Amino acid sequence: MSAPAASPSVLTLRGVHKRFGDVHALRDVTLEVRPGTVHALLGENGAGKSTLMRVAFGLVRPDAGTIVVSGSPMATPFTPLQAIARGIGMVHQHFTLVSAMTVAENVALGASGRYAPDVVAARIRDIGERTGLVLDPAARVSDLPVSAQQRCEIVKALARDVRVLILDEPTAVLAPDEAAALLQWVRHFADADPSHAVVLITHKLRDALAMADDITVLRRGQRVLCAAARECTEASLADAMLGPDERARALDEEVVPHMTSHDDSVGAHHEVVFADALDVRDTRGVMRVKRASFAVRTGEIVGVAAVEGSGQHELLRAVAGLLPTTSGRLRVPDDIAFVPEDRHRDALLLDASLTENLALRDAGTRRGRLPWAEFAQRTRDLLDQRDVRAASATVLARTLSGGNQQKFILARALDDAPPALVVENPTRGLDFRATAAVHDALRDARDAGIAILLYSSDLDEVLQLADRVLALHDGELRAVPRDRDIVGRAMLGAAS
Amino acid sequence: MTATPTSSVLAANVGREGRGALGQVAQVATLVAITMGLLVLLLAVTGYDPATALRALARGAFGSWYAFTSATLVRAIPLALTGLAVALAFRAGLLNIGAEGQLLAGATATAAVLGASGAVPPLLSLPLALAAGMAAGALWAGIAALLRQRFGVLEVISTIMLNFVALYAVGWLVRGPLQEPTRIYPQSASLAKALQLPVLLPGTRLHLGVLLAVSLAVALWWWQRATAGGFRLRAVGMNPHAAATIGRVDVARVSLLAFLASGALAGLGGAVELTGVTYALYENLSPGYGYTAIAVALLARLNPVGVLGTAVLFGALQAGANAMQRDAGVPIALVNVVEAVLILLVIASDRLRGTRAEATA
Amino acid sequence: MITPLDDFLAAAVRTATPLALAALGECITERSGVINIGLEGAIICGAFAATVTAGAVGGSSGVAAGFAAGAVAGVLVTLLFMLFTVYLRADQIITGTAITLFALGLTGLLYKTVYGTTGVGLTIPTTGELPIPGLSQLPVVGRAFFAQPLVTYGLYLVVPLLAWWFARTHAGLALRATGESPDAALAAGVQPRRVQALAVLTGGAFAGVAGATLVLAQSGTFVEGMSAGKGFIAIAIVVLGRWSPIGVAGAALLFGGASALQYLFQSLGWREVPYQLFLALPYVLTLLVLARASARAQAPAALARRELTLG
Repeated sequence: MSAPAASPSVLTLRGVHKRFGDVHALRDVTLEVRPGTVHALLGENGAGKSTLMRVAFGLVRPDAGTIVVSGSPMATPFTPLQAIARGIGMVHQHFTLVSAMTVAENVALGASGRYAPDVVAARIRDIGERTGLVLDPAARVSDLPVSAQQRCEIVKALARDVRVLILDEPTAVLAPDEAAALLQWVRHFADADPSHAVVLITHKLRDALAMADDITVLRRGQRVLCAAARECTEASLADAMLGPDERARALDEEVVPHMTSHDDSVGAHHEVVFADALDVRDTRGVMRVKRASFAVRTGEIVGVAAVEGSGQHELLRAVAGLLPTTSGRLRVPDDIAFVPEDRHRDALLLDASLTENLALRDAGTRRGRLPWAEFAQRTRDLLDQRDVRAASATVLARTLSGGNQQKFILARALDDAPPALVVENPTRGLDFRATAAVHDALRDARDAGIAILLYSSDLDEVLQLADRVLALHDGELRAVPRDRDIVGRAMLGAAS
Repeated sequence: MTATPTSSVLAANVGREGRGALGQVAQVATLVAITMGLLVLLLAVTGYDPATALRALARGAFGSWYAFTSATLVRAIPLALTGLAVALAFRAGLLNIGAEGQLLAGATATAAVLGASGAVPPLLSLPLALAAGMAAGALWAGIAALLRQRFGVLEVISTIMLNFVALYAVGWLVRGPLQEPTRIYPQSASLAKALQLPVLLPGTRLHLGVLLAVSLAVALWWWQRATAGGFRLRAVGMNPHAAATIGRVDVARVSLLAFLASGALAGLGGAVELTGVTYALYENLSPGYGYTAIAVALLARLNPVGVLGTAVLFGALQAGANAMQRDAGVPIALVNVVEAVLILLVIASDRLRGTRAEATA
Repeated sequence: MITPLDDFLAAAVRTATPLALAALGECITERSGVINIGLEGAIICGAFAATVTAGAVGGSSGVAAGFAAGAVAGVLVTLLFMLFTVYLRADQIITGTAITLFALGLTGLLYKTVYGTTGVGLTIPTTGELPIPGLSQLPVVGRAFFAQPLVTYGLYLVVPLLAWWFARTHAGLALRATGESPDAALAAGVQPRRVQALAVLTGGAFAGVAGATLVLAQSGTFVEGMSAGKGFIAIAIVVLGRWSPIGVAGAALLFGGASALQYLFQSLGWREVPYQLFLALPYVLTLLVLARASARAQAPAALARRELTLG
């Protein structure tokens, strides 16, 4: 594991340590980015990739370690303003654009003095001509599709003469074709000028191997590998990312045990959720799902694949009984359970006990006195049986880790064995272990006969878990084979 | 329509329970002690003799059995009822700052009903009038609830506006339709003895309203804690999104009912004040009970039984402030400063603890 | 010849002046994502400080000193609000309510302490109308807009200047971005806390000047609770003006007109209309304005949000 040295680096992080409370997020991590290269930063969720790069961009102050930009060490505190002044730019996984403002205003934000819209617009057009990242300067960001918003983020950085570009999981929100185009662009950018460099944060081995010159792998806050990409293989990277013991398990996951028991005699596989020519409007009355027809049967996971904003949000809520349907037929069981993607906003009473959170499950329909003793017992059972790490049933939901919160939410949804379950981005923001636990719980539920409708913004997660796949593009839903390329094209609305 | 995230944050944070009752009382005592220290400082700075002023304060509030029952406790009754109103609304994530207006609406309706109920036997007309007061308070709060649910108007602003409207409406009514028969004084006709709330302890002014306040506080405490409806109210206050998504709670309905109930409690406060203390409607019927109620509720951590305690505390403060003005010449406006400081201290101690908890999480 | 309409319009602009000042300040504050319900408190503190200072200094320099003192008092009381909401991230609504209560109590207390219970001997210099030659002779609008105290003319400059500043300076962009998305602002190198702190304090200074205007350009004296809900009305004006300086100025004029209606009715001899109706009118108008279904559409997205993810 020798560091690829030779030419001097444009950005060096040396011996970086960072703790958040009890969590050791980064331990003595060193990273060197050579000029004119694409450097892939690989690792599972929670491995510390984003934290490391937030250190490099001045958003997180490290407990120890030095930042060196083009040979000169940076003084502490190192802020985003200084990072930008030194030519370092970062595009976050969740965009940091002001959606109510125009592209030009977003690009100009952060400077000082007078703001001249036409000067900024000219600059945006100039960047568009030079790099191919074309944008309308006067467009409001909220009106742009996700891929254009990402372009806007990159142009924002380029307008400040950024030479080292940090991209945090840039392909996560894109459809496969868009992702390929972006990676192509990244390659061109790095090759265009020897002062340029790109750090690509990703958990996708394929992207790293295809595009990067150098690869650094983090596992649980430590650097476990640093090598030239041509010396790496999928296997060596997977070993490094997951550690030897967990690799076997992860590879098992890739090969989904497809439809556990087709010949299951118990009740056959009847349709639990059934929709025919279903129209759904969002709360503002905009038609988001058009004439969707599908079914979810007992003992199967049906996965929905879609790019952001295709109507999946509304489709899932309509099936979960939280959004009225406009026309068409929808048959779902009354006691269908729902696990929304935003845990803190939609699923938990953070300042209430776990027992109270359990009681929330059917708070809308209960009458009279609540059986608190029974709720407390059920909560304790659930903590034991579903491996939710919490001191007791009386602790506040806020005190649990994200993974345990999600395990609790899923356990609560499955507590009274509902006939059907709708899940939305069930592993967003979870680390590897918690993700695996959630996947296991979903498969167990499927095997127990529950009909599951799943959406994940991560296409690979959909393919990993789903027995059947539905592609949703601009509100139009259709069944597609479980093939990555076909699903990817269908998400973008291309004919298969 | 769902509640705003702001208000849910408030209900979650201000109303956090989990420490023992003893610890809470100790914390309130600490805050009160700090406030008293600041009060002494303020008195000294503005040139009053703190010792004389505080002696007058204590004498006015607790100096005699009569002072305690007829000054402190009599003031504590409307404070408790409006305090319960505010606590209930805050618990549901509704920032009802309009208890003052709802109290006035309640007093007005009570005066109107009693003024028109000549032939009805008092045993019937008195409960009827109290019910009318509750209904009027609920109606006045209902305007704010409607504005919020239909048009997304922040209830903080609408309830404050409605306070002013209620005040001017009373000013007009007591010089117009509800003025006493001689048309000399800007007030309604005084209630006949039979139409007044009975005095509870002979020789004092403590009236039946105190039993109403205590029983309502206990009932509300039990209801919030034990019943499905109470849990729905708390859940909506803590996180309306989760209540709707996971609990399938009809958030708009719970909010509306909570707002109406809050208004009814404040309206009852006005009805009780009119029938138990003032016996007539006039403009300055309330010395800002509805505003002080915010401090009462927050200091009690929105706990209905706790409201009883803090209502007595603020009742004592107001009774004492009257004596302080009489005996030491200290302006009564001082009470507002003390209330505001207490509210700020409660927020600060909550936030500082909250920030610590977040940092160690 | 001076007609009842001239009187009415002049009164409308006069009443609108302090409202516009407070609302413009609140507009700046809200654009940064903070709603300051304690505005009322800043107004009353500004009024009291202006009274004391102008009285102590005396003469025409007393008026200037009064306005300055009003601004300082507005900033000081708002400083407390700012520390609680921007740095402690306490609930903005509750804190603002407490600040208003605090300021009303404190000014009441100090007033009685300084001037005794009756306020006898309270004479302070005031600023008179300063008609602009020529312009003030224009029909209908002349007297209304160009025979006003200097502070009103100041608004004619501040309003367009502020509109330009919002749209055409990077500081204006930073302010708006903070109110829409503090995270995005931070990522772009803006410091959201500092922006909010400055915006809140600026709003306090405006409100303090508004309070000083009530005393020095209008009533000529201090009365306990004389802010009478103007802070809350100013918040409604910001909504009606859709968070834009020009809109806010127009909305303030509308509210000034509603308040001035009583003069028009009096001069027209319609005395049977109860005066409480006119007193209540601005508050009712506020409710009606807020009830417009679209009122919320253009509010800063992060308004009143407490969480500010930083680092």
